[in-house]
Amino acid sequence: MPHMTDLFSKFDPLIQQREGLLATGLTDPFGLVMEKVISPTVAICNGRETILLGTYNYMGMTFDPDVIAAGKEALDKFGAGTTGSRVLNGTYAGHREVEEALKEFYGMDHAMVFSTGYQANLGIISTMAGKGDYIVLDIDSHASIWDGCKMGDAEVVPFKHNDLEAMERRLKRIPEGAGKLVVLEGVYSMLGDIAPLKEMIKVAKDNGAMVLVDEAHSMGFIGPNGRGVAEDQGVLDQVDFVIGTFSKSVGTVGGFCVSNHPKFEILRLVCRPYVFTASLPPSVVATAATSIRKLMHGANKRAHLWENSRTLHKGLRDLGFQLGTDEPQSAIISVIMPDLERGAGMWEALLKEGLYVNLARPPATPAGMTLLRCSLCAEHSAEQVQTIIGMFERAGKIAGII
Amino acid sequence: MDRAAAANRIAELIAPFNKKGVQISDGTTFAGDLEFDSLTVMDFVAAIEDEFDIIISMNQQAEIENYGQLVDAVVKLKG
Repeated sequence: MPHMTDLFSKFDPLIQQREGLLATGLTDPFGLVMEKVISPTVAICNGRETILLGTYNYMGMTFDPDVIAAGKEALDKFGAGTTGSRVLNGTYAGHREVEEALKEFYGMDHAMVFSTGYQANLGIISTMAGKGDYIVLDIDSHASIWDGCKMGDAEVVPFKHNDLEAMERRLKRIPEGAGKLVVLEGVYSMLGDIAPLKEMIKVAKDNGAMVLVDEAHSMGFIGPNGRGVAEDQGVLDQVDFVIGTFSKSVGTVGGFCVSNHPKFEILRLVCRPYVFTASLPPSVVATAATSIRKLMHGANKRAHLWENSRTLHKGLRDLGFQLGTDEPQSAIISVIMPDLERGAGMWEALLKEGLYVNLARPPATPAGMTLLRCSLCAEHSAEQVQTIIGMFERAGKIAGII
Repeated sequence: MDRAAAANRIAELIAPFNKKGVQISDGTTFAGDLEFDSLTVMDFVAAIEDEFDIIISMNQQAEIENYGQLVDAVVKLKG
């Protein structure tokens, strides 16, 4: 019998690190179960009522009565699922309706809905940038962007995070005549910082590149109409492709791309992550369409979310925590931990206080950092935010962070 | 471009990243001998790109494991 190489061997270092961490008696930070969800901001975890500060439910739409009613109606009328691709039997009236809602929301000519946000990046990037083309992207880009690059055959050229000059130098070195796609994000979700899109998009356009901006973490509350960072900086009309998701402010699951390009619709036939998967269930597209239309009129909620973000940022900074940004730039406030062990300890101390945040670690994080990522919701009350700050103070002292 | 000149300049650019003072030869590997992690690779590649005014795409980086291969790639890219 020939010797079989165990293909799992490559994961041994991670298995050992994980076992070492759990052997200290810590709760597994990646095995949390929400036993009951009470509202967008409260759930029962390990039998305890817990404030949720680590969801992407920025606008609190998951329990909106109109959204839920739309989902129930679609479930009754159209059934549990489509069992088919968008280009075969998987396009129902609801899929068209949610694409119409997106076109209106962004004021753009075309919208294409994918089954997840991950697939939207995977599909658009791998399809748009092919052999001989160049993708110039920020080194801190989301995994779905990197995977889109890997799946296509383009030359991949990263530049230092948010470094305008580094981006420009690389664009200028690309051979004459080659296709160029610059990939940026509005909000970078690990540290919660935003990109200088106005300057970067100008440089991209001056160098003949098309521009894709992932606005996953800005939709619904950044910009005058909640269209994102590009809108806020007055350059949305310069963006060739906006990528977004239904799994954050919209409050369900799914992904999309909106664009003004006159040839955009051909992507429905050539984009493999769009074609070769089942479309979203009718209830999901119905909840998404209702939610998107409500987000167009969410100015008051947006203002309250910003207030929450500023209050938490100041509260944590005053307690002496090291934060990802000097000023609050989004609804994500990232607390930098000295290392994974103490980060996991702090995470558990917070959970025991009754607070859930995201523990983020490499490879998701930049520069090998361990982060406790807090993402606020428009439904967090001012009182809850004060409670959260008190929990951080107690847990920070227990875990020896402050 | 002259290979020896490129090799010398690249060796100089490696120095600040060569924390353990490893002796550099054509066979010296970046991941193994020099223990470059992904962040170091990014900074080092940026330094090489800016010095020689070239692009070494990630696709090309995947083929470059040691110093000698990098020197050859830079000489080729400079034409």
